[in-house]
Amino acid sequence: MTEHAIIMRAVNKYYGAFHALTDIDLTVQPGERIVICGPSGSGKSTLIRTINQLEAIESGTITVDGVELTAGGDNVAKVRRDVGMVFQSFNLFPHMTVLENCMLAPMKTRKVSRAEAKATAQHYLERVKIPEQADKYPAQLSGGQQQRVAIARALCMKPRIMLFDEPTSALDPEMVKEVLDTMIDLAREGMTMLCVTHEMDFARAVADRVIFMNKGVIVEENAPEAFFGNPTNDRLKNFLGQIA
Amino acid sequence: MIREFTSAELLFIVGAIRWTLILSAIAFLGGAIGGLGIALARTSQGRALRRVAAGFIQVFQGTPLLMQLFLVYFGLAVVGLPINPLLAAAVALTLHASAYLGEIWRGAIQAVPQGQSEAATALALSYSDRMRHVVLPQAMRLAVAPTVGFLVQLIKGTSLASIIGFTELTRAGQIINNATFKPFLVFGTVAALYFMLCWPLSLLARRMETRMRRAITR
Repeated sequence: MTEHAIIMRAVNKYYGAFHALTDIDLTVQPGERIVICGPSGSGKSTLIRTINQLEAIESGTITVDGVELTAGGDNVAKVRRDVGMVFQSFNLFPHMTVLENCMLAPMKTRKVSRAEAKATAQHYLERVKIPEQADKYPAQLSGGQQQRVAIARALCMKPRIMLFDEPTSALDPEMVKEVLDTMIDLAREGMTMLCVTHEMDFARAVADRVIFMNKGVIVEENAPEAFFGNPTNDRLKNFLGQIA
Repeated sequence: MIREFTSAELLFIVGAIRWTLILSAIAFLGGAIGGLGIALARTSQGRALRRVAAGFIQVFQGTPLLMQLFLVYFGLAVVGLPINPLLAAAVALTLHASAYLGEIWRGAIQAVPQGQSEAATALALSYSDRMRHVVLPQAMRLAVAPTVGFLVQLIKGTSLASIIGFTELTRAGQIINNATFKPFLVFGTVAALYFMLCWPLSLLARRMETRMRRAITR
């Protein structure tokens, strides 16, 4: 077991001339739950997408579980096997059943047998409380159910870190809770989690640290009580005033 | 001496359908393999690969099929191969089909939402697994109808092989016409035979398109 789950050092990311991430330094301990918030375009999604290199960075280093992403070789593949991701738009594979969605990656990248992949898939579908939907296609499920399948699909890879990119933003209000409850369960079991979300109740309930980003910079970083109770940054005060 | 247009002449023309079908099949299968390569190159990360594929498509979409047939036919001699109408027609039509199918399939691949590829990447799937299991199965559904539509074009396109002397349906018609001097009857028959080949395929393409549309709005 390495000491740190994630270490980001002086990370910079550009989209053409747009400076999306500026000198990001962030260290995450194993088991830590971090919530990242900020106005749209502040770079919060970009930040977590650099951790499994869905976005390449221009400078700096990112080390995940002791593996340096930028060092080449098959490091990126190694990191992706250990880092699960849940997207705003679910991104389930529509031509596969729920079960097949959960079995594909373990069979292809972890080389587990079909029987084992199926058992693992059923186990995690049970945990996100939709085992009865296993043979349906994603389009037959509600948004909340689809997102829970997406969480199960990521868990089937037995990741050590989970990234959530606005997992409830595309959901109808009545479905937000079922997804947040699933995430809270996961947090209680000690999963290392980074969540980009505007669900501040969720942040208060589970986060060890809340990070506020603005214009590609980490502006404020604090435990939830201090973050919400005593914000120092003006931009953050303004932001909290608007979403509360 | 002018021959009559009898059942023997009709049989000769009908028999030539098999060469039209063989040529279409070779070009379609060859074009499917080439087209998949072109489509993958066009949607790849490598800029050089994308440009080469784009250039290939532009050359074959921007020149008449007849010129492509001529160039391959006479080109065979230039590279020291024997002049063979079937070989020349098969190669030219395969290249032609590769370009068109490549472009159709590029569009289908790009129509699969970016998030699909991202989700597969985040699950650590390799490029080939991502394509094979996630992107291409979805792209294929979108591509079936236009692909069948192109097959119809291809079958009609094989008629140009008659000009380099390959005896398929059209050339068989020319031969019979030269002997019977009944151009309207002969070419009317030839056209009717093409129609009998192509019409069911067109219907199939349209049915697939309707089914696709229904599947999408499901």
